[in-house]
Amino acid sequence: MKAVKVRDDLFWVGAIDWNVRNFHGYSTTRGTTYNAYLLLDDKVTLFDTVKHGFEEELIKRISSVINPEKIDYLVINHIEPDHAGAFLRVVETIKPEKIFLTKNARLGILAHFHRENFPFEEVKTGQEVKVGKRTLKFIETPMIHWPDSMMTYIPEEKTLISQDAFGAHYASSGRFDDEVDECELLQESAKYYANIVYPYSPQVNKLLQTVKEMGLEIEMICPDHGVVWRRDPGKIISLYEKWSSYTCDPRVLIIYDSMWKSTEKMAYAVMEGVIEGGVEVKLCKLSVSDWTELMSDVLEARGLILGSPTLNNGLLPTVAGFLTYMKGLRPRGKVGASFGSYGWSGEAVKLLNQYLQEIQAEIVGEGIRVKYVPDEKVLMDCQELGRQVARRVKEICAG
Amino acid sequence: MKRYRCNVCGYVYDPESGDPSQNIPPGTPFEKLPENWSCPVCGASKDDFSPED
Repeated sequence: MKAVKVRDDLFWVGAIDWNVRNFHGYSTTRGTTYNAYLLLDDKVTLFDTVKHGFEEELIKRISSVINPEKIDYLVINHIEPDHAGAFLRVVETIKPEKIFLTKNARLGILAHFHRENFPFEEVKTGQEVKVGKRTLKFIETPMIHWPDSMMTYIPEEKTLISQDAFGAHYASSGRFDDEVDECELLQESAKYYANIVYPYSPQVNKLLQTVKEMGLEIEMICPDHGVVWRRDPGKIISLYEKWSSYTCDPRVLIIYDSMWKSTEKMAYAVMEGVIEGGVEVKLCKLSVSDWTELMSDVLEARGLILGSPTLNNGLLPTVAGFLTYMKGLRPRGKVGASFGSYGWSGEAVKLLNQYLQEIQAEIVGEGIRVKYVPDEKVLMDCQELGRQVARRVKEICAG
Repeated sequence: MKRYRCNVCGYVYDPESGDPSQNIPPGTPFEKLPENWSCPVCGASKDDFSPED
């Protein structure tokens, strides 16, 4: 296992987790990587570590270019266990002279390892450390995506070591954006944003502004997961601009589940209406959908139509579960609508509308509810609802 | 005195407790916090807080 040269004197020394399929609930269908980077200068610096269990891979890759004990500085950009899980082992091995991190990272390391006898040096946004020919410039990025998070910019290399931002859960033998399938990479990048970064879109927006104001030239982005962006770092930056400003595509997503196919019939009728309205649509039944994948569609679709039957005076649990997950990810800027069947009490549609209000969606119609089985008239109403949502989505997307 | 919740991370500022990490004594209402006070958990500014219902 060898290091991979990223730039002059800068090496990727991380680990590839080919077989992980469940990353704290995130379905990592293409595995992931835990990226760490090594900068050889007067002061040798290691940026981040790897997940516990991958220490040997990290140490071997470092050893392929330098004796790990020669490392002087350790930069902890993010303390989550997939990057700092190997912290204790790495510190014992390299015995760093200094460890740079934010105040929140220091408190977080203490709360993880319950020890404080490390050569910590707290840093703030704009602070610089000379490591020889090069400089480390730190940028705190609280809540992108943890309180401790920061990035390190190396001006002489025009390189941003960006921790989890701009990353993707994507295992590959290629280490760069130009060495992997672009379609796969962009799918995984959107999925990562939708499931990890989405709630902090306002912070991402501010960060992108800060980067512009600081006049940072970026030729290369080195995230903590997935590949290094060297061919076109502007691509992922412009996608982050799009996603963080809640700019969506003219597309409608119908998310529903059904008990006895009544709500399902309604879902298909709504879908027909959206298609007649001339807007692309996707239909997802929650009992057979992967939540992580589904969030990518939520991220990019302007229209979000929810359907659920009423079960025991509430939502069907498959719907309630996904909605709880989605709410935490704070989707915004949606055009919403709701529908569902019931047997006697029929609370689901009201609950769906309340939900749409909570995520600040613009709601079309009052929601369509039907007792037991929809007849032709109800199905026509469902089609009309689909047409109305399509019309509104088109209007908004046309600006 | 009203409690305020951070829109970014969910931290709740409770005036009865103040914020010892930034030398804010107990009994300080949210409105009296200095303008440069920030969320002790995530660093969000005062503008990022909303009153709790």
